[in-house]
Amino acid sequence: MASMRDIKRRKGSIQSTQQITKAMKLVSTVKLQRAKQRAEQSKAYFKCMYETVTSMLAKSGNLNHPYLKAGESQKKAVIVITSNRGLAGGYNSNVVKLITKGSLQKEDLKIYAIGKKGRDALKRYGYEIVEEDSDIIEEPSYVDAMALSKRLLDAFAKGEIGEIYLAYTGFKNTVVHEPTLLKLLPVEPVEKAEGAQETGSKAMMNFEPKDDEALDMIIPKYITSLIYGGLVEAVASENGARMQAMDSATSNAEEMIDHLSLQYNRARQGSITQELTEIIAGANAIS
Amino acid sequence: MAENFKLKIITPDRVFYEDEVSMVEFNTVEGEVGIYREHIPMTMIVAPGILTITKGDEVKEAALHAGFTEVLPDQVTVLAEIIEWPGEIDVHRAEDAKARAEERIREHAPGTDMRRAEMSLKRAVARIETVKK
Repeated sequence: MASMRDIKRRKGSIQSTQQITKAMKLVSTVKLQRAKQRAEQSKAYFKCMYETVTSMLAKSGNLNHPYLKAGESQKKAVIVITSNRGLAGGYNSNVVKLITKGSLQKEDLKIYAIGKKGRDALKRYGYEIVEEDSDIIEEPSYVDAMALSKRLLDAFAKGEIGEIYLAYTGFKNTVVHEPTLLKLLPVEPVEKAEGAQETGSKAMMNFEPKDDEALDMIIPKYITSLIYGGLVEAVASENGARMQAMDSATSNAEEMIDHLSLQYNRARQGSITQELTEIIAGANAIS
Repeated sequence: MAENFKLKIITPDRVFYEDEVSMVEFNTVEGEVGIYREHIPMTMIVAPGILTITKGDEVKEAALHAGFTEVLPDQVTVLAEIIEWPGEIDVHRAEDAKARAEERIREHAPGTDMRRAEMSLKRAVARIETVKK
């Protein structure tokens, strides 16, 4: 059996780790609240944006627009949104797995990394990292998303990349986060079932300027809003994942401390018993 | 007096404005428009300029820079990428930006992104005008 001192030291170290995990849990809980609020506030915008774009695509039969078909280049750009810090359970590795285990060919990919963890992991696997903007994730702003989508669309227009994907963690609720791989470009024509549900007033929508030009201007905005939405949701998911990870770490530490306390008390009892036995044996020998 | 319709202005970060109003005016890429109730359904792209909201006798203005609008007979939704109330505008910064953009356009140095310069000039002018009114 380990000595009393060893057990005590071990217990102390677990206790201080538990304090850290507890503090981290509190911090991520607060951050989660804020991120969640942001994600909810921005939802109205994306919902509206999505509805407009789908109704536009449902209406316009012109599928020859450059944004609606894949470019000639085999290269596919993937925006990978992960966190800058670890200790968030499977949050980062799940996003990375989407890319390494997915159907995408490694040689075709150009990675636009947001978040240091994803960048490092993909670099280790030997992916081509074109660009990294890891600071964005700290405080996602619409302006950053605009700049990123502009760079991507420029590359798309130049024919450097043929398709654009977004890999991020979708935020369903506090405990459910879904790693998602979303195709940004070319924009997929809406499925018939969804188009049919549109109300009559939407179906009669006019556009000013006409369809082609409107698509030219709205699609970049659509992409930007998807990227921004991805960022905001990823931040909420990150903090949710970290909160959960730290919660289970704290309760694991609790369990270990209980176990060690029991061992410690047993060892203490053992040593007292032994001491007593020794004294009695000594007294017996004298008499 | 025209009947009211519902105006909703949304930005990626917040719901900027939501109320029943009688008229809204703003710039589109095709020119300036004013919208009353019962407008035909239409989607328009916004150009930088002043957005004017008329609600009864009350008139409110904001600097609207980018986005698009969805017009339905009884509802107008503005999806604004950037929009500011006059109180949120930093006039000095806008004037600096205006001077900078004008400089860039005048010099016309090779490698200058003329469209970007023009856009930032328009934005700066819209900001300054919104505040001065």
